[in-house]
Amino acid sequence: MNEIRWPPELRDESLDELLWSARELLEDDTYPTVRRWRGSGGPVVGHFQVYFPEEIAHAAGALPFRMRGAPVEPLQADSRFGSYLCSILKTSLEIALTGRVELDLFVTHPICDAARNLAGIFGRNFEYPCQILYLPQNANSVHAPVYLRGEYDRLRRTVEEATGRAVTDDALRASIRVYNRNRELLRELYALKRDEPWKVSADEAYVLMAMGGMVRREEHNLVLQRALPLLRDRDVPRPDRIRVVFEGGFCEQPPLDLIRAVARSCYVVDDDLLIGMRWILHDVPTDGDPLEALARAYLEDSSYSPVQHDDRKKKEEMLVARIRGARAEAAIVTAAKMCEPGLEEQVAYTRALDDEKVPFFVSEFEENMTSFDHLEIQLETFVENLMFD
Amino acid sequence: MSTTTDIVGRGNAEGARLFKEWFGELGEAADQGRGAAYVFVMGSLAELLRCFDMPVVFPEINSLQTAVRHVAHDYLNEAEDYGYSPDICGYVKADVAAQLRGGTLPMGRIPRPSIAVYTNACNTYIKWAEIWERMYDCPIVTLDVPGSRQEGLRPGPGDPDFENDRRYVLGQLKELIPLLERTSGVPFDIDRLRETLGWANEAATGWKRVLELNRSTPSVFNALTDGTIYLGVANCLRGTPQGARYFEELVEEMELKSAEGIGTLTDELYRLLFVGVPCYPIFRRFGELFTEWGGTFVHSTYLWFASGGAHEGHQYDLSRPLESLAEGLLLGVRDAMDSMFFQTDPLLRMFHDYSADGVVFHPIKSCRTVSTGLADNRRAIMARDDVPSLFIESDMMDRRVVSEAQLKNRIDAFFEGLASRRSKAGASTA
Repeated sequence: MNEIRWPPELRDESLDELLWSARELLEDDTYPTVRRWRGSGGPVVGHFQVYFPEEIAHAAGALPFRMRGAPVEPLQADSRFGSYLCSILKTSLEIALTGRVELDLFVTHPICDAARNLAGIFGRNFEYPCQILYLPQNANSVHAPVYLRGEYDRLRRTVEEATGRAVTDDALRASIRVYNRNRELLRELYALKRDEPWKVSADEAYVLMAMGGMVRREEHNLVLQRALPLLRDRDVPRPDRIRVVFEGGFCEQPPLDLIRAVARSCYVVDDDLLIGMRWILHDVPTDGDPLEALARAYLEDSSYSPVQHDDRKKKEEMLVARIRGARAEAAIVTAAKMCEPGLEEQVAYTRALDDEKVPFFVSEFEENMTSFDHLEIQLETFVENLMFD
Repeated sequence: MSTTTDIVGRGNAEGARLFKEWFGELGEAADQGRGAAYVFVMGSLAELLRCFDMPVVFPEINSLQTAVRHVAHDYLNEAEDYGYSPDICGYVKADVAAQLRGGTLPMGRIPRPSIAVYTNACNTYIKWAEIWERMYDCPIVTLDVPGSRQEGLRPGPGDPDFENDRRYVLGQLKELIPLLERTSGVPFDIDRLRETLGWANEAATGWKRVLELNRSTPSVFNALTDGTIYLGVANCLRGTPQGARYFEELVEEMELKSAEGIGTLTDELYRLLFVGVPCYPIFRRFGELFTEWGGTFVHSTYLWFASGGAHEGHQYDLSRPLESLAEGLLLGVRDAMDSMFFQTDPLLRMFHDYSADGVVFHPIKSCRTVSTGLADNRRAIMARDDVPSLFIESDMMDRRVVSEAQLKNRIDAFFEGLASRRSKAGASTA
């Protein structure tokens, strides 16, 4: 097993240093953790947003690398795409085309019409297997868990072939334990955001969470275990800010500066940023068949997003529940530019929020946008209207 | 006895008549306040739905008709005023506006949905159906049909991965039937399914043969223009005796044209393949931009995916109707999806089988399913073979992103290039 630590001196760092390092890692387009892992002989499984059962790749000793776009210009990828497409497709391909990350397997999902095309596009450009993982889209069929268990078994065989390492049930159970711990720590991070939001800003929480997509989860667990007590003990002012839920970051990610801009005027007490990392809500059982446990957790103990239809999780009702659960006073309803599911959901969300009399602020973003002045002024105006209403 | 004059052109005229008749029936259903089954072209399940006496509405076809009739912009504007982004599918928005208008369309009125049944061949189907669910509180059912996982990986019957998919699709069909019974009030009769599957078999056989006959030189129909009419019938009358008869007669027409050398153009100079969705806001003119140069489309991926994979002529086994329907749905929808996501090899085969001179890629703003991979696929095809190609972007609905002058400029340059290649090839063989 590879023994790469990120960063090697992590456990002695102060909170500020730790947050700075996490931010640097997130914005480093050379992907040092992925390079180091691969350089030491570790396989890398790249998976596109939103949810991927990372435990299966992890159990093969691979680094599951979350492909969530990148802060790069898509100079080579642009010629592989037409117009009217979201940015995350292009930058995710760009980091692979330019060799910033080297993969052993790429997996995308039928989350949207564009993302499904990525298996073909990657497959035409790289020698390694590039596949679609068909997560069930009829979540309400009683046959869905059995089907998904079979699909995960197919993925297990693909991972074994790509990495040259067997994925045993015991290895899977061990990986599930690591991820259960990770989910628990992320729940704690989000509880802190919700209960004492002045102690962890939206951008700080984001970098702490997002780096988990670039390191093995054991490492991420170490980071969170160190960061959480330091955050809780933080002696910081408690400015009077409005509590909001940020919705629309399930796939393409808003730039960190945008999240920071939001955090300057609001407490983001809950959000759907990188929701795939928090998709499964509770511990996945580690007794019994691990693939079945993962399949059932995906379908029956999970969050929501615009890219999954499930009669049990009407999305506008879920958003309202998220707002109420976080005691938020308003919502920021965003969508990535050219994101069909996100833009379509905006209509349902805003109508439901109107009905519920929850104030909301609507916007669009692109991962590589660089100017936030206009948005910040609009948001400040929105917040002022609420605070002095 | 039919003469050549009676037969040639019959497919187009009869297609238009059947389409009008079908739309008239939808209008009657709307007037009677009957609910409809809303479906989509890629995996409509019309064969099953017809067993429940439900009018079947194809919103994609309704929407494209607004563009062909030059009124789409009114519908798009209305949906955008309602809140929908300019950057989402124009079909969805035209339908939203039609629903807001009580089902009123330029061709007549459509009934409201009692249920929506759709596959996942296009993700927007799911988002679209969610809109009806919110508007009408009607049941919506995603018939989840897993597609190919990787280019070149197509497991067949007997393979454990295929069998996992097949069990899943069959299981979902069995869950759907009681819901259809409750929604329609009509009990399921397997013999009726056997009957509709039989008609679908006949139509599929004809559809496959019609497509094959366009390998003739000159080509016997234009896949972009005539083909769209045939496609409309293939979808709207799937699983009906009228649909079966239509394709039987269409085969007769095309065989006659092929035998007598009657081409779709008087002077066919260039045989082209079309990849994408047509430019409906200027549909006729779009076709003319090619035919004016003697170019005709001999095949298209549109006739492939928009018929839900029926182009393969899949035959249902009537001795085990439900199981065979599940298998046919799985194979057909997977094939339709392959034509969009993994199209390099089949497109190269099509290029040679149809003696094509070039490929026209037409990605559109509205449809990311079809359009996302086209630029990369074009690169791959050009890297593997000497295939002249044209890449033009516009839309199937939104005239704001259709620039006829720009399209003409690019198309003219493409044909000039084809002419130059031909003249150089002629000089080198002389």
